[in-house]
Amino acid sequence: MPRIVVDVMPKPEILDPQGKAIVGALPRLGFTAFSQVRQGKRFELTVEGEVTEEILAQARTAAETLLSNPVIEDVVNVEVVAD
Amino acid sequence: MSATELPLIGDYSTPVPELNGARIGVITFPGTLDDRDAARAIRLTGAEAVSLWHADHDLQNVDAVVIPGGFSYGDYLRAGAIARFAPMMSNIIDAANSDAKLPVLGICNGFQILTESHLLPGSMVKNDHLKFLCRDQVLRVENNTTAWTNQYGLGEEITIVLKNQDGQYVADEKTLDALEAEGRVAFSYVGWNPNGSRRNIAGITNAAGNVVGLMPHPEHAVEAGFGPDHTGTDGLGFFTSVLTHLVGGQK
Repeated sequence: MPRIVVDVMPKPEILDPQGKAIVGALPRLGFTAFSQVRQGKRFELTVEGEVTEEILAQARTAAETLLSNPVIEDVVNVEVVAD
Repeated sequence: MSATELPLIGDYSTPVPELNGARIGVITFPGTLDDRDAARAIRLTGAEAVSLWHADHDLQNVDAVVIPGGFSYGDYLRAGAIARFAPMMSNIIDAANSDAKLPVLGICNGFQILTESHLLPGSMVKNDHLKFLCRDQVLRVENNTTAWTNQYGLGEEITIVLKNQDGQYVADEKTLDALEAEGRVAFSYVGWNPNGSRRNIAGITNAAGNVVGLMPHPEHAVEAGFGPDHTGTDGLGFFTSVLTHLVGGQK
């Protein structure tokens, strides 16, 4: 069954405390090449049957209204993944 | 005080004043924690506390509403994000925006629900230190003209309980400038910013002053013996303020 993947990231200007904690932990494990980490969310919306333009539009609206909060987050990707 | 001065059996309950006729709703979502405390705070001021269930549509003619703290829907997705779409919230949003301007107070998770509902601007993200924090917190009253703050003095410092993990208030610079310029910062943190909130903001109000949200918990500081430092009752003013507002006695 096809899935619609929605990726949500904290806005660049919002301090991401979780990403900050992760970037602090990386060098302790020897991963020294990474200067910044930002943590986002990935949603997978499974569709029974074909993904029509109408269903994709619904996913985009859901991404902007429920899955993300535009005050602190950006929807950075909405795409169909076929299995 | 020696042990003999405090008998272990006795009635220490705070006397409840006569009912004054005001009906104040307290909404309960799955995962709400502080609805009982909010209802108790309301009763201590002589008003009737009316339980509102998130899935119902009937506001039951309440005169004001408290959205209490907790972890509605487990705070999954984002704090307050799913609660915002509950049927009862649609009614509350409409009533708060209507000409009647229903007074609404959002505490902690309730504040997060109010920002997710766009009744108040900005949002809350994780505390900058990433830890859950529980402490007695000093706040300064920055606006004492709202439905929920009119019994405080302007600049008065009050101590109530702060307890949260997602308490860092954020908004863009333009919004923060507007909040400060329009006097819509209702409370600010004093002495120490406990969560990285922009401009030390602990609570804000809408332009009309009927919707107020804050992270700390006034309903936990209403009764001697149980509040901050075991004596603090600084939170009572929220609940007496709304009663004063309802009888038209705003200063």
